Amino acid sequence: MSMPAGSPALAGYKPVLDAADIGRAVTRIAHEILERTRGAEDVILLGIPTRGVPLAGRLARCIEQVEGRPVPAGSVDITMYRDDLRMRPARALGHTDLPAAGIEGKTVVLVDDVLYSGRTVRAALDALNDLGRPRAVRLAVLVDRGHRELPIRADYVGKNLPTSQREVVRVLLAEVDGQDAVLLGEARDQAGRRDGTAARGSHEAPATKGAQG
Amino acid sequence: MIRHLISAGDLTRDDALLILDTADELARVADRPIKKLPTLRGRTVVNLFFEDSTRTRISFEAAAKRLSADVINFSAKGSSVAKGESLKDTAMTLEAMGADAVVVRHSAAGAPHRLANWVRGSVVNAGDGAHEHPTQALLDAFTMRRRLGGTVTGQGLDGLRVTIVGDILHSRVARSNVLLLSTLGAEVTLVAPPTLFPVEIGGWPCATGYDLDAALSKTDVVMMLRVQRERMNAAYFPSEREYSRRYGLDAARMALLPEHAIVMHPGPMNRGVEIAAEVADGARSTIVEQVANGVSVRMAVLYLLLGGLEPAQPATTAPPAATRGVSA
Repeated sequence: MSMPAGSPALAGYKPVLDAADIGRAVTRIAHEILERTRGAEDVILLGIPTRGVPLAGRLARCIEQVEGRPVPAGSVDITMYRDDLRMRPARALGHTDLPAAGIEGKTVVLVDDVLYSGRTVRAALDALNDLGRPRAVRLAVLVDRGHRELPIRADYVGKNLPTSQREVVRVLLAEVDGQDAVLLGEARDQAGRRDGTAARGSHEAPATKGAQG
Repeated sequence: MIRHLISAGDLTRDDALLILDTADELARVADRPIKKLPTLRGRTVVNLFFEDSTRTRISFEAAAKRLSADVINFSAKGSSVAKGESLKDTAMTLEAMGADAVVVRHSAAGAPHRLANWVRGSVVNAGDGAHEHPTQALLDAFTMRRRLGGTVTGQGLDGLRVTIVGDILHSRVARSNVLLLSTLGAEVTLVAPPTLFPVEIGGWPCATGYDLDAALSKTDVVMMLRVQRERMNAAYFPSEREYSRRYGLDAARMALLPEHAIVMHPGPMNRGVEIAAEVADGARSTIVEQVANGVSVRMAVLYLLLGGLEPAQPATTAPPAATRGVSA
């Protein structure tokens, strides 16, 4: 695979999935969604910014190729629903973009890159609650790295990745990062990552993103 | 971002764009079945109004309530201020009640600035005398960007030509707009009778003129200011009729504007004085839109000041992923 070397921010990370692996995982999840929802009828894919959004788009295209029928994809921003807002400076909002038909009575598949504590998903469930009443909500993630802090599990998983809490998972997607890869590295600042006080340097920020989910 | 919003001049371009971009996202909440976000649950916002106001107070109240904050309205009429309580004593009372933000309107310029030294929460200036009204400038900039900016996120108002007409001398709206719009890259021209310009106008980042007709043909936005009778204790112009003839926006003057230009007014209007009724109600008037946008912009300000541990920092260098934070 092409090493995402070059960027000093990625030094010390080792590749876990390459572009082809990610492609296969997305294809498999798309097929699983089709299977379990009887042809993705009334399904809406909602990505959680940042990297859940391009993943939702990829899943939608993949399902359309197989089934020959478009599946609406959008995004749901969870910033205003986070439970750690008071632990850091107020942050900029992501974009919420719902398909015109809305989510009422539909099967919503939430899509994110990494599932970790489960707090992002909890926030997304709260956000959905204010947007309408879906018939069912499912969860698809590219990487499940364990260490849940809430009773939440994924319905569709690209890759189960056993990690220690000291490690950092980084998902790179071509739409956002210019290349596809999943990388695993050691946290370079001591502890503190999960209490919301971790360093916010521009290079560490994506890493801390990977550290959550 | 700064901890208090006292002057539009305190905002950097990045601060201002962060507020406008946030307001863009929050404007969509108004279209949702549940027009409420849980973000400021448990926070208290005090509306401290020493001067009459309907739209600004209601706008701040709606903004705070959509973010689930608790709102306490305090108006000087019928309060202990009427009995002679000082601003500082009022501030101590608010402090004891645990206000996280104080939205203050006062007839004296500088009152919010003083207040900011006495309370721990954030102070938002909702108009102080003839000094400033920063959230009005923000909602005006937001309205201009939405109407004339195309796809907008992250963009300023570079090159936009804005003409502000009328009582500049008494207008906090004009001062805040000049500061903010120039920060955002717009070219501002002020037009008024010579008697209604402040003395220090030469130091403002804008052009000035006395002839409205000459300015209209080369402007994208014309903002009409109210003739503030209550602040006019001298004869600034011979008669309202003469003012209206020279500086009022009527249908004939509308014809001088470029096709795409919009008409703004911060309200409340004196119909028939600075703006003709047919112009105020026309398709190119954004007056009603400005009121709706005011709620979104004030939500953005309250969220960015109160939503986190400390006010937001505009992330110019960090990648978008930085916004996802650490542990959710």
